[in-house]
Amino acid sequence: MRVDGKGLIDRTKPVRFRFDGKDYAGYKGDTLASALLANDVRLVGRSFKYHRPRGVLTAGSEEPNALVEVVGPSNQTPNVRATMQEVFEGLVAQSQNRLGSLRFDLMAVNDYLSPFLSAGFYYKTFMWPRAFWEGLYEPLIRRAAGLGSLSGKHDEGTYEKAFAFCDVLVIGSGPAGLMAALTAGRAGADVILCEESHVLGGRLLSDGGTIGGQPAGEWVASVLAELQALPNVRIMARTTVTGAYDHGTYGALERVGLHKPARPNLPRECFWRIVAKHAVLAAGALERPVAFENNDRPGIMMASAVRTYLNRYGVVPGKRVTLFANTDQARGVARELMAAGVTMAAIIDPRPDASAVEDCPVHVGAEVVGSRGRLGLSGIQVRKGSEIIEIETDCLAMSGGWNPTIHLTCHMNGRPRWSEDLAAFVPMEGAVPGLVAVGAANGSFSTHGALATGHAAGMKAVEALGRKVSVPVPEAEDMPYRLKALWAVEGKGRAWLDFANDVTTKDVKLAAQEGFRSVEHMKRYTTQGMAPDQGKNSNVAALAVLADATGRGIAETGVTTFRPPYTPVSIAAMGAGGRAEGFAPQRFLTSDQASRDRGAPMIEAGLWYRPSYFPKPGETTWREACDREVNMVRQAVGVADVSTLGKIDIQGRDAGKFLDFVYTNTFSTLPVGRVRYGLMLREDGLVLDDGTSARLGENHYLMTTTTAAAGLVMRHLDFVHQAFCADWQVRFISVTESWAQFAVAGPKARGLVNSFLETPVELPFMGVAPVRIGGVDGRLFRISFSGEEGYELAVPTRYGEALFRDLVARAETMGGGPYGMEALNVLRIEKGFITHAEIHGRVTAHDIGMEKMVSAKKDCIGKAAATRPGMWGPEREQLVGLKASAPISAGAHLFVPGAEVHRETDQGYVTSICWSPTVGAWLGLGFLKDGRARLGEKVRLVDHLRGLDVICEVCHPVFHDPDGEKLRA
Amino acid sequence: MRLTCPLCGERDRREFYYCGAEDYLHRPAEGAPLAEWDNYLHLRDNPAGVTKDLWYHEAGCSQWLMVTRNTVTHEISAVELVAERKA
Amino acid sequence: MPELIAKSALEGRELTVGTVTLAEVDVGPITSIAVFPGGAKAVAKGLKALGLAMPEPNSFTEKKGARIVWTGREQAFLLGADCPALESAAVTDQSDGWAVLSVSGAGAVDVLARWVPLDLRLGACPVGGAVRTQLNHMNVVILRTGDHAFEIMVFRSMARTAWHEVESAMHMLAARSATKI
Repeated sequence: MRVDGKGLIDRTKPVRFRFDGKDYAGYKGDTLASALLANDVRLVGRSFKYHRPRGVLTAGSEEPNALVEVVGPSNQTPNVRATMQEVFEGLVAQSQNRLGSLRFDLMAVNDYLSPFLSAGFYYKTFMWPRAFWEGLYEPLIRRAAGLGSLSGKHDEGTYEKAFAFCDVLVIGSGPAGLMAALTAGRAGADVILCEESHVLGGRLLSDGGTIGGQPAGEWVASVLAELQALPNVRIMARTTVTGAYDHGTYGALERVGLHKPARPNLPRECFWRIVAKHAVLAAGALERPVAFENNDRPGIMMASAVRTYLNRYGVVPGKRVTLFANTDQARGVARELMAAGVTMAAIIDPRPDASAVEDCPVHVGAEVVGSRGRLGLSGIQVRKGSEIIEIETDCLAMSGGWNPTIHLTCHMNGRPRWSEDLAAFVPMEGAVPGLVAVGAANGSFSTHGALATGHAAGMKAVEALGRKVSVPVPEAEDMPYRLKALWAVEGKGRAWLDFANDVTTKDVKLAAQEGFRSVEHMKRYTTQGMAPDQGKNSNVAALAVLADATGRGIAETGVTTFRPPYTPVSIAAMGAGGRAEGFAPQRFLTSDQASRDRGAPMIEAGLWYRPSYFPKPGETTWREACDREVNMVRQAVGVADVSTLGKIDIQGRDAGKFLDFVYTNTFSTLPVGRVRYGLMLREDGLVLDDGTSARLGENHYLMTTTTAAAGLVMRHLDFVHQAFCADWQVRFISVTESWAQFAVAGPKARGLVNSFLETPVELPFMGVAPVRIGGVDGRLFRISFSGEEGYELAVPTRYGEALFRDLVARAETMGGGPYGMEALNVLRIEKGFITHAEIHGRVTAHDIGMEKMVSAKKDCIGKAAATRPGMWGPEREQLVGLKASAPISAGAHLFVPGAEVHRETDQGYVTSICWSPTVGAWLGLGFLKDGRARLGEKVRLVDHLRGLDVICEVCHPVFHDPDGEKLRA
Repeated sequence: MRLTCPLCGERDRREFYYCGAEDYLHRPAEGAPLAEWDNYLHLRDNPAGVTKDLWYHEAGCSQWLMVTRNTVTHEISAVELVAERKA
Repeated sequence: MPELIAKSALEGRELTVGTVTLAEVDVGPITSIAVFPGGAKAVAKGLKALGLAMPEPNSFTEKKGARIVWTGREQAFLLGADCPALESAAVTDQSDGWAVLSVSGAGAVDVLARWVPLDLRLGACPVGGAVRTQLNHMNVVILRTGDHAFEIMVFRSMARTAWHEVESAMHMLAARSATKI
């Protein structure tokens, strides 16, 4: 019900929205919760386990009950707190966790079964028979479990992430936060002020009062005006600081577009990483419920929430309101309700010595012991001494005191301190370096306390920053906080602690009784604190009940750990920009467009996109294209873009010495103008990478790495250089991106290459020479990864596309053309050339038959470890070729024919396979125990995943041109 | 987490690649006994307290850094360039 | 053999969204200068011809259209001028290895704050600043060329991704400011 003259909503701007299929009206500035309450909608959800009717409990992000699904054009967001969701024109929301309608939830039968569904029910019940678990129990539980539902489609919404830096981060904009921000801001410090709500001011907006003689609202407005005018202050509304991390890093979630109709490019949320030299936690406190029988009915709310709905939204959630509270602070709501013309049916205060000045029935030394009303509160039972009083009421405002919002102070493993005076946990000072808790978050509950501590924290930061400022602390109320701790009212029925997860005082007592006496065990056994609110409304009360049940004090019982995030953060926001192609950078070749123009499907090779094959008209499978391309290279000439190989330019008088140190073989003796194949080990003796290195000048080398290991090798070279020989005359830099490089291979390769050169050259095998091509300086290498006479022609990258198109066009006039990764792979398998499929990180030089490449004449990285026992010898799996007449697979394992197939009899495995059009058989490379001594033997290849069982012949890995006559032609 | 690169200044942890203990800097001499290599390659302390390890400023200056930090408090007390380290 | 045609990574693309303009720019030749141990003096002498010196970390200097940008320990990139012969340094042509994007206009710093984990506001990164850092997952060199102007050097093969990231941030920021309450 709306009351006149109250609230910060804009009554000139009505907003229409829909809840559970029905249209309602609210105002701009309303939350979904306030707008529903204004429309007298009390039932908004069902509880998790018993499907009990639930209404709005709070007015903040801690809300455990009013969780709804918001339905958007491209997504459906579950578990949205109705207390945080602002209404906007066209908002569509629906209740969740129900079967059928909200009023007649079929799952409510669980409530009648509750005697059987106590804590530990699942653990005890679904243990046996074991076979039932996967087929029956799990699907059943899964269907019943969980709260909201998703759309089942990709979330096409826009999400953002951002980084921010500041001197002082102020978390919360109540009196403490505003005072801290004002102090630091006036001093000229770089300030970020984050406020979770859409309006700044915190509890001052709900509680009113005066500050420095001004009404609180006016004071807030004047401070905000000053802060907004300061260029060094950034105000971030709708932003929840969700986590405190090492070295002044904080996570924060901003609701950017959730309060508006979706529109293109407008982010729904932004996840901020904020780095702050100092932080002030002014997050306030959370009011705590009291456990009594049936304290979970719609209409029973937190007293502070009733006050917020009245003063911020002009909404009264009932016609006959009652108040059950154990502090003087909570009385304010009763006085304000009466002033607004609402009937206060009674005030119930458990403190026997409490005052009774309000102009309504006040029962001191009394407790609420029960409630009635099926879908909403209609009355309560109050126990006063031995007497039980029935009171008619449709809204009970309750308060069991306050818990400081200490969560962030515990995010780095800090433990809070129990304060007997406040009957609450308060932050341990210094638990998060650089972060100071102030105001209610630190147990200073009065307005004066908030202003004074906020000011002090602001001053402390200002001084640490070497700045000066003088800001007076304005006068404000300084009411003492005096309460009688009341967690649970004595009684027999079910009294709720955790509303969201349906955990009652009985469950906690049962946990204690069954031996789960540690707070961590109790939590897991009862699921208390494991709902979306993460126990914000129930943790302290639950452990107080546990402490009582186990006969210990609360301090001794301790709390469970608060971990980030403070409120849920959508994965979409945290991973903003990382969906689909955003996951990693895409690297494109200069030939990319030319390849796509020819219809080549592109495949990912690391971050690179490379052509898989180049289909010709009439070809229906990739294999047809691949076979044709292989034959084309073997019989005429093929062109492939190999620019993805890592290229490292190495210069200096000690360059040769450096290469000798990182490669197993010797490069200092390589003549200028020649290329050598090199093998690189890790220090543990396993193969790191291989590639060719060319000597371009006396003190100038060009190393190539595999595509896959380019970054890895660079990091390795940097390490070896900086750790062991920083004083050598050698420097190196990646030139991978500087050169476009094309392989030209086949019997007609020489003719094709020379037709491009201004001055044709006769290069020996493994030679390199500078060339002029199309008016550009390039390089020509005679190297081969196909087994045919092969060249690689390199030009500065800007000319890559032009050269590729020309090379391909001219190759086609010679019966050749482009070839893709599939053909490239077949060509190298036929020739027994290895890639990282073979040098996968577990093989030694010996395993791949290259032990002779480890020079005996010099030290190198990995040499010592490579000679250790176990790194070589017949017991190791060695590289072999495999030949079969039926399809085989990479990943298959090898066995002796006739032997049993299991782990103990495993003889090796297959790393690469292909159909070889050249040999006319299926070929593979793999590793076989003592393989080199077993050439000619038959092995059984088994792949259970693909259902293969094939007899193969063990061969030398080089199937094609074993003597290298073609290479050297 | 933030690290102060001696060259680039204070940076977010995402710019760095973690390698492991600084033991990797103490490479045994050529011909050292296998036990010494085994120690160098495989045996590491796991201290609760001050430790030294190696980080690579991969997204920055490409320098290897020796970081002295406390595994309990997460405090970082020193960052040194491996290339210019003292002994 | 006809002359080969040169193409830049993004063919000089340009885009303005709201107040921010993104464009591929040509910075001329790029040469890496990595000084050998003990070679600092000789390199300094060699660079004098251009009126330049090896820059301080995290900065660049400019003289008559030639810029020298700090890129690492005893290492710099010379932009926009041919490199003189330097005996005491490894001199490597990098002209084709990089694409350079200019991001300029009011709000440019906010656009970069979406992807760069570094404070690029004027106070922390004044004009003349040059930092090696990340743009989302890409390693970049960022030059602060004006109060509201940056140049981003990114590996040429990743230019399209870099463009996409910056463009998407520009659109999101424009949508934010168009829908302020």
